[in-house]
Amino acid sequence: MKTDFKVNGKAVTVDVPGDMPLLWVLRDVLDLKGTKYGCGMAQCGACTVQVGGEATRSCVTPVSEVAGAEVTTIEGLSPDGTHALQRAWEELDVPQCGYCQAGQLMMAAALLAAVPKPSDAEIDEAMDGNLCRCGTYLRIRTAIHRAAGMAAVGGNPS
Amino acid sequence: MTASLRVSRREFLQATLVAGGGLLLGTRLSASARAAGAVADGMLNAWIRIMPDGIVTIMAQNPEIGQGIKTMLPMLIADELDVEWKQVRVEQAGLDTTKYKNQYAGGSEATPNHWLPMRQAGAAGRALLVSAAAATWGVPEAECTTSAGTVLHGPSGRKLGYGALLAKAATLTPPALDQVKLKDPKDFKIIGTRVSGVDNHAIVTGTPLYSIDFGLPGMLYAVYEKCPVFGGTVVSANLDEIKALWGVRQAFVLQGGSDLNGLLSGVAIVADSWWAARKAREQLKVTWNEGATAEQSSAGFAARAAELAKQPPQRSLRKDGDVEAALASAAKVVRAEYSYPFLSHATLEPQSCTARFQDGKLELWGRTQSPESGRTLVAGALGLPPEAVTIHLTRLGGGFGRGLRNDYLVEGAAIAKQAGVPVKLLWTREDDMRHDFYRPAGFHYLTAGVDAAGTLTAWRDHFVSFGAGERFASSAGMRGTEFPQRFVPNFALDASVMPLGVPTGPLRAPGSNAIAFVTESFLDELALAARKDPVELRLELLAAGQPGEGTNAERLRGVLLLVAEQSGWATRRKEKGRGMGVACYYSYRGHFAEVVQVSVTRQGVLKVDKVWVAGDIGSQIINPLNAEHQVQGAVLDGISAALAQEITIERGRTVQSNFDSYPLLRLTQAPPAVEVHFRKTDNPPTGLGEPALPPVIPALCNAIFEATGKRIRSLPIGKQDLSWA
Repeated sequence: MKTDFKVNGKAVTVDVPGDMPLLWVLRDVLDLKGTKYGCGMAQCGACTVQVGGEATRSCVTPVSEVAGAEVTTIEGLSPDGTHALQRAWEELDVPQCGYCQAGQLMMAAALLAAVPKPSDAEIDEAMDGNLCRCGTYLRIRTAIHRAAGMAAVGGNPS
Repeated sequence: MTASLRVSRREFLQATLVAGGGLLLGTRLSASARAAGAVADGMLNAWIRIMPDGIVTIMAQNPEIGQGIKTMLPMLIADELDVEWKQVRVEQAGLDTTKYKNQYAGGSEATPNHWLPMRQAGAAGRALLVSAAAATWGVPEAECTTSAGTVLHGPSGRKLGYGALLAKAATLTPPALDQVKLKDPKDFKIIGTRVSGVDNHAIVTGTPLYSIDFGLPGMLYAVYEKCPVFGGTVVSANLDEIKALWGVRQAFVLQGGSDLNGLLSGVAIVADSWWAARKAREQLKVTWNEGATAEQSSAGFAARAAELAKQPPQRSLRKDGDVEAALASAAKVVRAEYSYPFLSHATLEPQSCTARFQDGKLELWGRTQSPESGRTLVAGALGLPPEAVTIHLTRLGGGFGRGLRNDYLVEGAAIAKQAGVPVKLLWTREDDMRHDFYRPAGFHYLTAGVDAAGTLTAWRDHFVSFGAGERFASSAGMRGTEFPQRFVPNFALDASVMPLGVPTGPLRAPGSNAIAFVTESFLDELALAARKDPVELRLELLAAGQPGEGTNAERLRGVLLLVAEQSGWATRRKEKGRGMGVACYYSYRGHFAEVVQVSVTRQGVLKVDKVWVAGDIGSQIINPLNAEHQVQGAVLDGISAALAQEITIERGRTVQSNFDSYPLLRLTQAPPAVEVHFRKTDNPPTGLGEPALPPVIPALCNAIFEATGKRIRSLPIGKQDLSWA
């Protein structure tokens, strides 16, 4: 079955079963390895991408559901890795093993796009479903605040 | 690199110049070091490459699992080489036992193993470049200095960048590693500074780094179904049906053996995409011979432990003084039973590897913390000489000890050999949780006595664990050195074991991650019985110890006092529903004391408010930025395990299968602040992957007791009712 959609601004057509999860289409058909597999049942958030700007768990999203949609992955978060969140993540040395961080960033980017200056409570609500096995949560919260501050002085929140 | 053994040092350097376009600064071990058996004969060790433009590439030799070693080891080299960190590029080395020693991530051992050798490697490089400059200018080496990748000749004001000295350096003999002069620590420029992870940019931009990301041309994807009962074997499977499914190329049975560390019997499905293999697996029907352990269960283990506790212990691990007499004369005797469950590593990246078998040689790319033992295991399983197996290291999406076992490497290798094409094996989350080498459960039956003055006079622990005869199951033992041994005059550590068909293995701070919970919680009970402050009781105990291996009383006392001061322990507010708890513990060469503050509502809803940590890992914190993060991560890891994690066994198999039944700590459950303090002492620097974890669990449980009056003697905490009136 052929499905057309856009990934990071580029039109793509894939010929795979419609129930194939978007995660595996991205990783193994389109060779975009940034989006990670963690649980396969929307329990950990490592596979988070944006579909039409909405944070979406790609491991439980059949590719047929994104027909005609705009998908953004970590590779497309910014052209050169300088999104305010990416800069904040690097400045604060957020990653440990780093495996969950693409999902954390895509979730946080969706949050900042909707709420440019989130409170701790708003961060909690948005980010609570993204698990980090290494325990980088303290810096994730700080980095979101820092990115929100950067965005306010001329960065790029989305 | 084997070929280089047959050429002279000079020829090697010249050959490398031609081949690599840069200079690979090798360092030859001295005869005395060789004689000491440090490495095999005459091997060249190589970490440093300098390009003509002055860019320095440093090989990171150890597996990076999130502990920061890929940044930290090159920092040691770069500082002694005297280059600026911004000149440095870091590359991950593969397994190469001809060049590198101790290429593993385990036991928090990388710092003590490499603190001197990596600095020597850097210093040897610097010395060679100084010699090259001195020879070029015809001046004494003593008149030359270095700074930021440049050699300077003070008297004449001449200078040359390292990149311009390559050709000359290639004609010189480098100094022996143990002959080079190392920097005085006061001259460190990189060591001791806050350096962020070298892979951070790649991570935040989604660049492929991990085992799961690696691919080869023409590669197929595999899943592997094993018996849910550990070590069970395939009797039959509907392979023909599976082979006809969408995307499937091959399906076959691997016989495997009975060693739970090696290749186990199972069915491999090899397909065009991983999703196709995974999807086909839903149709797989296997008849299993479940084997002898299919009746084992967590409930059965607990019942058997209770029976063993009533019987005389099977053996004694340590006996000091006369426990019976001391208990008989004690003013108070306290008895308690403690237990903890099996735990899974649950690395966020499931186990995986890519394997290619060609012309009798096997090449593997994948996540492993112990590539050398992985090579031995794989070579043995496939009947190959070790030198026919090459292992390339990827970054690991979490280690925690899981990667010290290489069962998935053997599976990937065996599947690729059978399939005849390169194969990527990727486990599902369910495979990962159901086929782990679990942190073993354990049971402790404790009796202790305090005298009328409140002094701890007797301690007995009947430890009921798993194993056979005198052998404990992996990571299921207790050493005769764990605290408070040596610190209580009348002491008995006894053990009994029961058989176990469940694979076990090291999980971050193995042994200590469970034993600290037991002993440091029980000490809190004894402080209460002795009517003493928990910090005071510990200080008294530490003052009474006998010298010996393990806990250093002065160092543990130092961090305990520091954490008490930083947390305001002595002046803490005591009110129902709010509590602080303390614990201190030595493990994996690090001394740590921690205070946890909690709030518990009347309904029993627990919140961890803050954690204070004081640690002593020696004279130098190599990368303070990463050090703080490792400690915070260990604290959150301990809290995560203590709150809700439990692997249960029923009918010989693991019940939990994913994060819905085995929850990891969430952002909203994490304490908003984890304050980290280091007490620098005049001791060699040691590692941080593990020792900050063990004390946090008892400190948390002790805080819950202060808040609610409820003593946690069995983990996870989430199974206990914490409500209070």
